[in-house]
This record gives sequence, structure tokens and C-alpha cells, in this order.
Amino acid sequence: VLSGKGGVGKSTLSTELALALRSAGKRVGILDVDLCGPSIPRMLRVQDSAVHQCDSGWVPVFVGQDKAIALMSIGFLLERPDDAVVWRGPKKNALIKQFVTDVAWGELDFLIVDTPPGTSDEHISTVEALRPYQLLGAILVTTPQAVSVGDVRRELTFCRKAGLRILGIVENMSGFVCSHCSECTNIFSKGGGEELAKHAGVPFLGCVPLDPQLSQSLEEGRDFIQEFPKSSAFPALTHIAQQIVDTSQRSS
Amino acid sequence: TFSALLAHGLAADETKQVALLDIDICGPSIPKMMGLEGEQVHQSGSGWSPVYVEENLGVMSVGFLLSSPDDAVIWRGPKKNGLIKQFLRDVDWGEVDYLIVDTPPGTSDEHLSIVQYLSATHIDGAVIVTTPQEVSLQDVRKEINFCRKVKLPIIGVVENMSGFVCPKCKNESQIFPPTTGGAEKMCQNLNVSLLGKVPLDPQIGKSCDRGQSFLAEAPESPATLSYRNIIQSESENHCANESPRFRALLCCAV
Repeated sequence: VLSGKGGVGKSTLSTELALALRSAGKRVGILDVDLCGPSIPRMLRVQDSAVHQCDSGWVPVFVGQDKAIALMSIGFLLERPDDAVVWRGPKKNALIKQFVTDVAWGELDFLIVDTPPGTSDEHISTVEALRPYQLLGAILVTTPQAVSVGDVRRELTFCRKAGLRILGIVENMSGFVCSHCSECTNIFSKGGGEELAKHAGVPFLGCVPLDPQLSQSLEEGRDFIQEFPKSSAFPALTHIAQQIVDTSQRSS
Repeated sequence: TFSALLAHGLAADETKQVALLDIDICGPSIPKMMGLEGEQVHQSGSGWSPVYVEENLGVMSVGFLLSSPDDAVIWRGPKKNGLIKQFLRDVDWGEVDYLIVDTPPGTSDEHLSIVQYLSATHIDGAVIVTTPQEVSLQDVRKEINFCRKVKLPIIGVVENMSGFVCPKCKNESQIFPPTTGGAEKMCQNLNVSLLGKVPLDPQIGKSCDRGQSFLAEAPESPATLSYRNIIQSESENHCANESPRFRALLCCAV
């Protein structure tokens, strides 16, 4: 899950995609390679967990309602949660390689990789480390406004140069429906992600609206897919997951 | 967004010379936000010329070195560091009162390098931008620790996207809920200043997309009021702490 831009919802989408795929009966792992800002542990209420070693490598932390989603993040390796990871590229690259090869992931149907924003060390190293493992492709996340889309265009170029198939673009934070009066306001504009997909000739996976229940759910580390099926972001998120499943079935 | 508006706000005083340096090498948004998309950098005898928005507001970004909006800068750390050095050394900024540096998210090469390269001069400090929810704050605490580790003074924290007032019914929604007390509680706990809270305003995104100053386009917005208060106390603080050198401010986000 990639974006040129920070703060657009990559970690949110990675988490919800994992939960939705799990809900559809798939075996899922999440690899969080945002070494400076690892958000996934908190989003799944395992921020206080630690990892340990076994014969086949590091054991991931198992999350989700049935403890069946495997998660690895640098968040689990920090002594204190507020510790900053102030590493230059080479050290980050080495850890990413370890996360791919030295974690006992077990048999998975999907490994979702959450990345930091940009097109730099983490992204190059992740693609290199995962190349032997049949990369299905990349999902690009943007918010609707041009300033975000402008960075995601560059991310598309990165994918092309890296030979990474583009599964599609998600337009996140796309509209907000007031819970008091149902008025819809396009706080971050509207349509930029869809236009970019059209312009670039890649699939458009859908618009996910701003949903305070989703934000709250992530804050509390809850399973949004199980617990909030009537919430405004639910249909879009499950639709994205379904498209990923369909694509992977066509690919195999 | 904050860097761009801070630059506009400070440059409103025409007696001050403001420089805005965008070191987000992979995601250079500043040219678009300042209405300078498509501009190129010119070389002169004295080095690279910044691109000027106003006479007293000059901008430099890798965005000006790219020939197409689709061009990606796929560089590892050392090459990014090299460009940052060039931006500081080879750009003919002229006499500057304020240097604002917009950084990418994180605590990595760009952040280490800018602090290192500016260490010979005096960095006034860092302004750290966050949103209210814990998922954001947990990264901001790391950013604060980074600043402390590298001895970068922290001017304070800005809580952005702090609530949304529906234009129709005027009820407020916490789209990004401050479940752990928001930036206010965090600042209290970590003994840093909360510079202000900026609410969501759809006009902000629109103005940024059109390369216009939101402060000029929506002078009555509560968000503008917040920005002006923050900028006002910024410039007052610096007048109070007189120094012959220019003010250097790093804007970090996570």
C-alpha cells in the first residue's frame, strides 16, 4: 500500500483491508515497514506487545478477533513507544530485508505491506526483498485534492519503474457526511483520485468517505469491519477488499 | 500547508525577506501550493536563483528541477542529502530574515541532514504539526524525541484538522477524535508549547490546489484566525529575542 503523500490513510487502508480479507476467510499477514511512524500495532490494539524468536525466525504478533492476522512492525522492537527511530537508509534497508525473510509468517493468502510516504529507501528495499515472492501489486492511496494527487502521480512512476503492477487507486477522505444534518461537505475536494486513475489508465478501486466512526475505531484498536457494518466507510472498504480478492483469483 | 501559510503570513510584512525551502524530495508540494508549478530554477553567477512568489518571498524545491509532474525522485538517502546540501549552499537566497524549511514526514535522512548542515548557524527551532488523534500523536512524540536527541529546540506544536463545523447546521464534528486529549494533553505531558489549533476548512485545500494564499482568500475563516494568531505570536517571540542572524524554522510533520 503506497502513496506519495503522508497522512492520506495508507495505514488505515492496510489495516481495514487486512480485517476485511480475514473476514472473508483469507489467511492474512501485515508487514509494517513505516520504520519512523509505525501505526499498525496501535490500530490493532497490540501496541504493548513484543516479538520473540523461534527456530524459524521471529514470531509475528497475532491480531484480530480470532488472533489469526500475523503482524510485524518495528513498533514491537522499540524499548519505549516514544523512542524515535533515527536511522539513515542503509539501516532501514537491512531491517526491511529481515522482516521479509526472517519472520515466521506461516502460510498466507495475502501479505499486506504498509509503507511510509515517498519513493525512497524503504520502497526500493521492500520491492527488492519481495520480488522472489510473486508480488500481486500495489494499491495507491490519495486524498482527493490536487496537492495529494500530484505526489501520487510520482508514486505511479515509481511503480512503473520498479515493474510493480498497479492494482488500483483509492480516493480516501472523499467527502464527509455530517451526522447531525446529513449534509455532505467535500472537505478535501472530490474526484482527484478517480481522475488520476482515468488519466493513468489504472483501475479505480473506489472512494472512501471521512468517517468519524472509522477514526474512533482505529484509535481504540477495534475491528471496524466486524463492529461497524452500517458505518459510512464500510461499503467502500469491503468493496476494495473484494476487488483485491477477484484480482488475485484471476491472477492465479 | 502550514509551512506555505507561515511563509505567506510572515511575508505580509513587506520589510521582511522570507525564504521557503522544501526538502520533501519525494513529495515536493510547495511549488503547487505557492502557485509556482511549472517554474524552473535559473542559474546565475552567484548560484541557483530561488523562485519568487512575491518580491520578499523566495522558494526552492526539487519540484523546480523536475521536467514533468510525473517525474519521480527515486533516490536513496545519500543522494537526497547531497541535494539538500546544494539547496543550502548553492542557492542565492540573498539577505533573509526568515528561512522556513518544510520537511517530509519521519525522522530520517532529510531531518538528520538539515539539522547537521544548519548546525553551524542557529536554528530557532522546530514547529511540529499534528492532527488530534492518538495515532498521529504517537508519531509526534517520536518527532519530539528526535528534536531533543539532536538538540533542536522545539518552538511548539500545531494541532491541525482540529474539528469541523458543518457549513449547513453549524454543529461541530471531531473527524479525527482527540481520544487521548489531543495535542493539548500531549504538550502538557511533554512540556512543549501548544502554538494553536487549526480547524478543518474546505477552502484550505481549494486554495492550496490553486496555489493561492488561504489567508488572503478566506480572511474571515476561523482557520485563518488560528493561523494569524500562531504567526503573530511567532514573530512577536522573535522580535523579543533579538539576534543579528536570520530566523530558521523547521516545520516537521509525521
